[in-house]
Amino acid sequence: MSEYKIQVKNLHKAFGKKVVLDGVDLEIKKGESLVVIGGSGTGKSVLIKCIQGLLNPDSGSIKVDGIEINNAEDDIRDAMHAKMGMLFQGGALFDSLSVWENVAFGLIENQKWNRKDAKNEAIRVLRQVGLAPDVADLSPSELSGGMQKRVSLARAIATKPEIIFFDEPTTGLDPIMADVINDLIIESARGLGATALTITHDMASARKIADRIAMLYKGKIIWCGTVKEMEKTDNPYVCQFINGCSQGPIKVEV
Amino acid sequence: MAGNYIENFFRKLGKPLVRFIAGLGELSIFIAKSVYHSVTPPFYIKLLGKQMIDIGFYSLPVVALTTIFAGMVIALQTYSGFSSYGAESAVASVVLISVTRELAPVFSGLMVAGRIGAAMAAEIGTMRVTEQIDALVTLSTNPFKYLVAPRVLASIFVLPLLVLIGDVIGIFGGFIVAVYKLGFNPANYINSTINGLESLDIITGVVKACVFGFIIAIMGCYNGYKSRGGAQGVGEATTNAVVSASILILIFNYVITELLFSK
Repeated sequence: MSEYKIQVKNLHKAFGKKVVLDGVDLEIKKGESLVVIGGSGTGKSVLIKCIQGLLNPDSGSIKVDGIEINNAEDDIRDAMHAKMGMLFQGGALFDSLSVWENVAFGLIENQKWNRKDAKNEAIRVLRQVGLAPDVADLSPSELSGGMQKRVSLARAIATKPEIIFFDEPTTGLDPIMADVINDLIIESARGLGATALTITHDMASARKIADRIAMLYKGKIIWCGTVKEMEKTDNPYVCQFINGCSQGPIKVEV
Repeated sequence: MAGNYIENFFRKLGKPLVRFIAGLGELSIFIAKSVYHSVTPPFYIKLLGKQMIDIGFYSLPVVALTTIFAGMVIALQTYSGFSSYGAESAVASVVLISVTRELAPVFSGLMVAGRIGAAMAAEIGTMRVTEQIDALVTLSTNPFKYLVAPRVLASIFVLPLLVLIGDVIGIFGGFIVAVYKLGFNPANYINSTINGLESLDIITGVVKACVFGFIIAIMGCYNGYKSRGGAQGVGEATTNAVVSASILILIFNYVITELLFSK
């Protein structure tokens, strides 16, 4: 068995003439928390969507547990999705369902739990992310942004996935709520022993939740290392990005 | 010189033509997937029931209103035209044939396209731009089975029922005008209607309703599913769903009539 949960090799993806991923190589060990950082429009979301099978890459290899999932049959992809959970940037909660139905969606539709047990489990997971049981019957639109993020996190971990993806988990939240979400991410991922892949440009979040950090720039991973290594690196791109300087090798297109 | 004009003409024509053909291909794949997932398990029976209520029960008032006035106006126009030839007795038959073969299915189809096709496109489009469809996939749920199949099946099952109800209400509209405004004998009018009734008239309406139901659901779901770019994209999807479904309903209405009645 490979020690890597996810292996991405030479991944390419373009939209028309715009090349977004230009040979991405990435390996994530089992139980590791890897954070991919990079500016807006560098292809972080495209990378995560390719790994999840939401977008088809133009070429390259994506392996989960050593099984190739790029261009795989639907049943292989379905089996992979059953191992995955995802916290979307905007929450992506189903607004036609109540909060507990959102959290229990995977349990009811795929793991075939009965509704009563699924509701109890959803309430337990909601408590785990710091939400009171009386939230369970509300509609997602009745919740604040921070609470929606927590519900989305609860939905992502309810099925006890082996891999959890976090897409800009702290975007749009105040610093205190962002830190609460960071703590919940660490607790949830460690509690489940899950492998976590997070994309963000929030450096406070990256420093807190990452075992390793990789930087994506112009469609390639240009640097990868631990948080300590990142603080000491002399890579000009990483230095410019983590210090938020407008001067440096990264030119902002305005 | 002429060669340049022709080359430029085809060059300008090329891009939209290629886009049109690509769009047709995309729609064909969407239809094939929708049909496949509508007839293969798992079936979401609860969602199917909810859609049937949304499409059928809540569309009853608009279908009833449009068909009753359609029946009334046909009775009035037929009388005003036929009375000059002394053929007033044909009013009941003309109302019957017009309503069952054409007016009830077409008006019901157009009304449901406006009400339900738009709602489907807006709902699925919003789910697309807020990543709810991606969320479905990550939760191992096929969006075609969960979103598209219940809507397609519900539309195909429910529209014929709406049309049958529209038939009765439309004929009743004709009856009201004939009896209370034009002075027809109610018993004679009902007699003429029953005598003129043929199963082909009803079958025609039901066949059309099934096809129109399929068109409405497919155009609503397809336009919603491929919408991009936030509120503007969803707005465009909604407009396209209603316009394309309405045009296709009118085209297929002619095609089905031609197939069933041309001799």
